Amino acid sequence: MIETLLANYEEAVAVILFGIGFVMLLFQRNLIKKLIGMNIMDSGTFLFLASMGYIHGRKAPIIVDGVTDPEVYINPVPAGLVLTGIVVSVSVTAIMLALTVRLYKRYHTLQLDDIYQLSRHQMEDR
Amino acid sequence: MEFFTNFPLFTIVLSLFSGVLCMMLSGKTARKYTILYECVLIVMVSCVLWYTYRTGRAFTYVMGEFPAPWGNEIRAGVLEAMIALLFLIVMLCSVVAGTHFLIDDIDESKLNLYFTLVNLMTAALMAMTWTNDIFTGYVFLEILTLTSCGILIVREIGRTTLAAVRYMILNLLGSGLFLLGVVLLYDITGNLLMVPMRERIGVLSSDPRNMMIITMAVGILTIGLSIKSGLFPFHYWMPDTYGWATPASGSILSSLVSKCYIFLLVKIYYRVVGIELFEKLPIRYLLLLLGMCGIVFGSVSAMRANNINRMVAFSSAAQIGYIYMGIGIGGAAGYTAAIFHIMAHSVTKSQLFLTTPRLAEVSGRSLKFKSLQGSGLRDKNAGFFFLIGSMSMIGIPIFAGFASKLLFGMAAVKNGSTVMIVTVMLVLAASSLLNALYFIRTIIRIYAYASSEIRVRSTRRPGYNIPMLILTGANLALGLVSWVFAGLIEQGLTMFM
Repeated sequence: MIETLLANYEEAVAVILFGIGFVMLLFQRNLIKKLIGMNIMDSGTFLFLASMGYIHGRKAPIIVDGVTDPEVYINPVPAGLVLTGIVVSVSVTAIMLALTVRLYKRYHTLQLDDIYQLSRHQMEDR
Repeated sequence: MEFFTNFPLFTIVLSLFSGVLCMMLSGKTARKYTILYECVLIVMVSCVLWYTYRTGRAFTYVMGEFPAPWGNEIRAGVLEAMIALLFLIVMLCSVVAGTHFLIDDIDESKLNLYFTLVNLMTAALMAMTWTNDIFTGYVFLEILTLTSCGILIVREIGRTTLAAVRYMILNLLGSGLFLLGVVLLYDITGNLLMVPMRERIGVLSSDPRNMMIITMAVGILTIGLSIKSGLFPFHYWMPDTYGWATPASGSILSSLVSKCYIFLLVKIYYRVVGIELFEKLPIRYLLLLLGMCGIVFGSVSAMRANNINRMVAFSSAAQIGYIYMGIGIGGAAGYTAAIFHIMAHSVTKSQLFLTTPRLAEVSGRSLKFKSLQGSGLRDKNAGFFFLIGSMSMIGIPIFAGFASKLLFGMAAVKNGSTVMIVTVMLVLAASSLLNALYFIRTIIRIYAYASSEIRVRSTRRPGYNIPMLILTGANLALGLVSWVFAGLIEQGLTMFM
């Protein structure tokens, strides 16, 4: 068990990061900390994908010296997926930060519990 | 004829293009343009439906003509075409009937941006329906999440922002889990296209040592998508999200967005995991159990709600439970019932969410039951459409809701063990009773004579009745000739193999 974990330490770290991020996103009451949790969770997934995609001893998939044997190179698709995932993650973070700014301007706090309390007392919202 | 095979891709590209175009148009022009192009899309998808039905087989559109392991594919069969058609019709009706409320809720200078979001959302819905590549599914799933957050916060009151934050947090948890599931499946199969993935999983599953990782990957995927679609116990964001959004958004979010996630899930079960393998995994019993809990808890919460929008939103949670119960029952009959209920609930729930704001309008802009007394008499059209929607929700024959309940019952008898049949029947009976209780209570309330008549005349809303009549027609069609639709769904599911 321990040996398997040590042999795959990158994946183990990735899963731990995912877990930390997931729990932070779910249970943190501060909005900015929630967002940081989301980013940690996504980084965990990307690390998992990147480490699974890399094969030790092989080269980046750029043909030099005319070597076209696929056994020499690693698969470029996982790296492409990580890049796509990062773009998605950045755009989601941007939207969430914009929402957080909007909430902060209205309620002057970042604690979700306080915001719930305040929103309940608001008369303008029927 | 061959030209029709281009249409699925056209629907995605045209929607993306329209999204960009609407940013440059004025609000009114953007509305007219959106209605026109949605009609064009409906014609295109109808052609695809007719073509696949006539030829009796699905077609795959290979983008860039790269061979299987590398390229990106779109696939169209009867089921995809039918679901896409349903999404487009409900989207069009919601937008047309909801624009007049939209003008009250958002600034006119920002109206075109709403249509930008709606068009991008259409692109995401179409792409998730047609795609044959699981990672493309993930990318458009995120686009769908972002646009649904966008159409929620266009109404700038504190409550919607708060609802949007809650909605986004749960959706992000779901997306994260979905991505992890996709990555795990990619790692064990080495493919992202659905058909090669299924072939590889078929080979891997013959070795019992691999079953754990397959179960884990599929389980994580399932949890992710069920969080996003609002399965019990992740349904508590629904009343705030649907209740505070502008009516068009509430209708789109409840009847299209959550359904699209479930459709993607069914597609993954059939086309990535393989349905024979999935039926062996324990996940489906979990879905059955959670679905039943969702039905009961959703209905009980709906009964306790003091506001009509919250009631309708909680009943959505119950209906999502029905769909997952169908998946849990399993077999072709179970999935047919689940997908039929996706269609029935889409047309019904959008109708309900578009009538409640009109009832509130003639009751001093309050959604509380107390003020709604007699509102059906003050606004006869809205009252009538609410009545139709409620009867379908209760499950009165000739309406769509009855047909889907019948299909669930029949599926349980066909596939289930005795315990399953008894529980499913009990849950169906209990839920019909609860539905009847709270919807009939509401109908009596809105048709009761109000002693202190609030003299607010409803403002004339041109273009409101036609989309509502279309939705009513769709509801009746689903209820009256349900076997035609059930047959089409079954044909579509066989094409999935």
